[in-house]
Amino acid sequence: MQDIVLRTEALSKKVSSPEGSLTILDDVHIAVESGESVALVGPSGAGKTTLLALLAGLDRPSHGHVWLCGEDLTALDEDGRARLRGDRVGFVFQSFHLVPSLTALENVMLPLELTGADGAKARATEALTSMGLGERLGHYPNQLSGGEKQRVAISRAFITKPQVLFADEPTGNLDTATGERVASLLFDLNKEFQTTLVLVTHDRELAARCDRVIELASGKVVS
Amino acid sequence: MSGLRFGLKTLLRDSRTGELGVLLAAIVVAVTAMTAVGFFTDRVGGAIRTQASAVLAGDLDLSSTDPIPAEFMSDARTRGLDAAELMTFPTMALAGDNNSLALIKAVSAGYPLRGEILVSPQMFGEAERAEGIPAPGEAWAEPGLLARLNADVGATLMVGSASVVVTQVLDYQPGQGVGGFSQLAAGLLVNIADVPAFDVVRPGSRITYRQIFAGKPDVVDDWRAELRTRVGKSVRIRGLEDAGEQITAAIDRAQRFLTLASLVTVILAAVATAMAARRYALRHLDTIALMKSLGATQGFILVSTLFQLGLVIVFTALLGTLLGYGAQSVLVGLGASILKVDLPPASWFAGALGLLTAATITVGFALPHLLKLKDTPPMRVLRHDLPPPRLDTGLSYGIAILALLFMIGAIVQDLLMLGLIAGGLIIVAATAVAGGWFLVWVLTRFRGAAGVSWRYGLANISRRGSESVVQIVAFALSLMVLLLLTLVRSDLLNEWQRTVPEDAPNYFLINIEPEQWPGIRDFFEAEIGKAPDYLPFLRGRVTRIKGQAVDDIKFPNPRAENFAKREGNLTWRSALPATNEIREGEWWASANQGEIEASLEVGIARDLGIAVGDTLGFNVGGEDVDVRVTSLRFVEWDSMQPNFFVMLSPGLTEELPQTYIASVFIPPEKRRILSDFVREFPGVTLLDLEVILSQVRMIIERASMAVQYVFLFTLLAGVTVLLAAIQVTKDERRFESAILHTLGAGRRMIMQGLAVEFTALGTLAGLLAAFGATAVGWVVAEQAFELDYALNPWIWLVGCLAGAVIVGVCGSLATRGAVNEPPVAVLRDG
Repeated sequence: MQDIVLRTEALSKKVSSPEGSLTILDDVHIAVESGESVALVGPSGAGKTTLLALLAGLDRPSHGHVWLCGEDLTALDEDGRARLRGDRVGFVFQSFHLVPSLTALENVMLPLELTGADGAKARATEALTSMGLGERLGHYPNQLSGGEKQRVAISRAFITKPQVLFADEPTGNLDTATGERVASLLFDLNKEFQTTLVLVTHDRELAARCDRVIELASGKVVS
Repeated sequence: MSGLRFGLKTLLRDSRTGELGVLLAAIVVAVTAMTAVGFFTDRVGGAIRTQASAVLAGDLDLSSTDPIPAEFMSDARTRGLDAAELMTFPTMALAGDNNSLALIKAVSAGYPLRGEILVSPQMFGEAERAEGIPAPGEAWAEPGLLARLNADVGATLMVGSASVVVTQVLDYQPGQGVGGFSQLAAGLLVNIADVPAFDVVRPGSRITYRQIFAGKPDVVDDWRAELRTRVGKSVRIRGLEDAGEQITAAIDRAQRFLTLASLVTVILAAVATAMAARRYALRHLDTIALMKSLGATQGFILVSTLFQLGLVIVFTALLGTLLGYGAQSVLVGLGASILKVDLPPASWFAGALGLLTAATITVGFALPHLLKLKDTPPMRVLRHDLPPPRLDTGLSYGIAILALLFMIGAIVQDLLMLGLIAGGLIIVAATAVAGGWFLVWVLTRFRGAAGVSWRYGLANISRRGSESVVQIVAFALSLMVLLLLTLVRSDLLNEWQRTVPEDAPNYFLINIEPEQWPGIRDFFEAEIGKAPDYLPFLRGRVTRIKGQAVDDIKFPNPRAENFAKREGNLTWRSALPATNEIREGEWWASANQGEIEASLEVGIARDLGIAVGDTLGFNVGGEDVDVRVTSLRFVEWDSMQPNFFVMLSPGLTEELPQTYIASVFIPPEKRRILSDFVREFPGVTLLDLEVILSQVRMIIERASMAVQYVFLFTLLAGVTVLLAAIQVTKDERRFESAILHTLGAGRRMIMQGLAVEFTALGTLAGLLAAFGATAVGWVVAEQAFELDYALNPWIWLVGCLAGAVIVGVCGSLATRGAVNEPPVAVLRDG
C-alpha cells in the first residue's frame, strides 16, 4: 500500500449565520495516497471548496483533524501551516491568482524565494520556457492571456516540486480548447513529478481523468 | 524573496498603476499644505519678529547708567552681529532766548540696526525714511522740541558747551513711545562723536548708555547667553520679547492665527489618509491571502508592510516638502507686493515638519489599517466574499487620536489651545457620527419617496451605512474648515481689528500739572470739540512686598525684578477701565479714607507672588505709603489706552505728588493745532502715538494678510482632500454602475442617482459643519483670542449650500469616469 499523504478524521466545519449555526462539512473521513489524483465533485454548496481549504490548511476545522504529509494541521498555528504549504503544497486556482505586481518569472520564483531555495531564477526560467512561455518572462499578469496566466500559475504550483497539488476549478475560467490543454498539462506534470493531486471541479470529464472521484452532497461524502 | 523586496516591488507596481495614488496623494497634499504653511508662517513670523525688533532698533539691547565695556561691540562684530552704541540723557537745549529740556539721543553709525528713522524737512511735513544718522555737528529734532524752542529746521541749538544745527525734523525713531512714559522730554538725535564736545558727562548726570545688536537669531541667542555671564548687575539686557507689551500681544495673536491655519491642514490630512489607507488595505487582501497560501508568514507580511510604510513616509515627506517649498515661494511671490515686507529665508524647522507630518499621519492613520493586512485569512484565496480582518476600532482610533494630539501639540505648544482644539474635535466628530447615523436612519424611510434615481442615490447611502457616516464626517470636517476659513475667519479678523479702533487715542499728554488741566480741557474742547480723557499719574517705586524690603527679595524673573526695583507708573481711579477685567478680589466701591487699596495686573502679581490681601509699600515722590491689594486685573495691553500694572483707590492717594496724563484722538487734518498747544502749554509733553499706532495696526494688517494667504492655501488643501475622500468608493461605484448598465439603466439615471447621493451627503455634512464651525469659532474667539464672537446666521445657509454644491458637484464629477466605463470591461475584471 502507498503512503497516505492526506488524511482527515471526523472533519467538520460549521459557521454561524443569522439563521444560527450552519454545517458546511459534516464528519468527513478521507485518505489520499501519495501520487494519487482525486477529484472532489458535487453540486454548489456541497462543501467542496471548504474541504479543499481545510485539506490545504487555509482554514481551520470546527472539529476533527487533517494530516498533511504526516503533520497534524490542527496542531499548527497559521505561520506553521504557511511554512508547511510553502514546503509541500502547490496551488492552482480558477482565477489564476497571479501577484499583479510581479512579472511571470517573479510569480514563478516566488514560492522558491519564500522557502529560501537556491537557483530560483534559473529554475523558474526553465519551468516557464518548458511551458512555452520563454518569451513572456518579463510580462506582468495583465499582459498575459487567460491560458498563459494559467500556465504561469501551473509552473508556479510545480516549481517547488510539491508533494500535494490542490487545484480549484483549474479550467473554470478558460475556453474549452485552452481548458483541455491546461488540464493535460496538469495531469502530465502530476505524473512527471509524482505529485498527489486534489482538484475541485464541476467538470465531469476532468473528474473522470482522476484516479478517484469523491462526491460530496450537503457537507457529507456520498461516494 | 524577502519581505523588503516584495514590499518594494508591490509599492512600485502600485504606484505605476495608480493603485497607490490616493494614499500617496492624500499624504503628499497634507505634507505640502503643512510645509507650505510651515515655511510661509516661519518666514512671516520672522518678518513680524523683525518688525518688533524695529521697536528696539535691534534684536538685543544692553542699557546701563554706567558705561558699557566697548569690547562687547567688537566681540559682537566678530560673531557676525551688527552693533551700534547710544547714549541718552536729558539736558537743556537753547535756541536764542528760548530753552527747553531735551532728551538727547547720541547714536553711532549703523543706528538703527532694525526699523527706521522717519524725518521731514519741515514741521509736521511729509515724513520719509532717513538715510544714515546726523553728521557730526548736525541734529534731528522732534517737533515738540522745536515748537518749545520756537525754532525750525536750520536753527542752531546749544547743547552743553557745543552747538548743533537742526537739519531735519525727527518724526519717528525706534522705541518711541514704547517702554512707558519715562520719555518726558522731547527728543534730539545727534551723532555720538559730538558728545565729548557737549561736555555734559559728569558725575550725577542722568546718562543711559546703550549698546544694540542684531543678526541671525541663533547667534543673537548665543550672544545673549554669553552677555548674561559677562555683564554686571547694573546692565539691563532686553530682547525681542521685552520690546513692549503691546507689540508682544500683537505678535502673540498673529502667531495664534497662523497656528490655527496649520492645524486645519493636519485634520484634513488625517481624515484623507485614514480613508485612503483603508481603501489601499482592502484592495490588497487578495494578494496577501495568495502570498499566505504560497507559504508567506505573518512576519513576512508585516516586514513588507512596514517597509512600504517607511518608503511612503520618506517619499511623501520629500515630495510634499519640495512642493510645499514651491507653493510657499509662489505664495510669497504673489503676496510680496501686498505684504510689503521682505521675508527672511525659511528655516529647516519647516522642512523637518514635513517629515514629522508624513510620519505622524502615516503611522497614526495608515498603519492601523495596513497592519491588519497580516491577519488576512488565507482562505480568502478561495472565498473572495470573506470579510476583511476586523480593525480593532478602539486601538486604531486611539493611535490616530494620539498621533493627532501629538501633531497638534507640536504645532501649538500650548496646552490650553490643545485642550480646546481636542475638545472641539471630539464634539464635532461625535456629533458628526451621530448625525451621520441619524441621516442614514432617516433616509431608509425616504427611499420610496421619488423616482428610481432618488432611490438608487439614497439606497447607496443607507446600504453603505458606516462608510456613509465616515464620508459625512470627512466632508463635515472639510466643510467646517472651509467655513472656519471664510466666515469665521473674517468674523474673527473683524473683531480683532475692532480691538484697535480707528479713533483710538493718537496723542498722550504727559506731565500736566493738576492746575493746568482746566486750560488744557478748554483748549481741546474749543479745537476738536472734545475734552481728552485724563488720568492721575504718579511715579512710584516699590519699597516693601508683604512687609519685606524689596532689596532682600530674590525675584523669580527679570520682569518681576524690573517692576520691583525701578520707578514705575501708578494711577488712581474710581471706576474700573473698560479694557480691564477683575480676575480676583473686588474693585473698590468708593474712596476709602482709611487706607489705600491697590489693584494689580494678574501677570505681575503672579510673578511677584502677590495675592489679594497682601500689602505693598511704595515711595511716591519721596513719601512712603502702604497699600493693600484688593483685586487682580486682566489688562488688554493692545487696547491703545493707557494701561497700568498698579492702580490705586482714590481718597488718600489724591494727596500724593502727581501729574495728569491725558489721551486724545486728534484727526490728521487737525494736527496743526499741536503747534499752538505746545506754545500755550510748554511744560506739557506731547507723546505722538500716531506712528506707534500705525505701526501696531500695520503689524496687524500684515499678519491678517499672511493669515488670509495661509488660509487660502489650506482651503485648496481642503478641496483636494475632499476629492481624495470621494475617490475611496470609486471601485465599488464602478462595479455598481456596470451592473446597473447591464440591467438597462441609462447613464443619465445613474448620474442622477450619484447626484442625489452626494448632494444629500453634502447637505448634511454642511449642516454639521456649520454647527461645528460656529461652536469652534465661538470657543476659539472667546477662549483663545479673548474676542467677543457674534453668531453668524449665514454660516448655516452657506454651510448647507456649499456642502450640497461642493460635495454634489465634486462627487458627481469624480465618479463620472466610473459611470462611463463599458460594463463588459468592468464585469470581466470582477
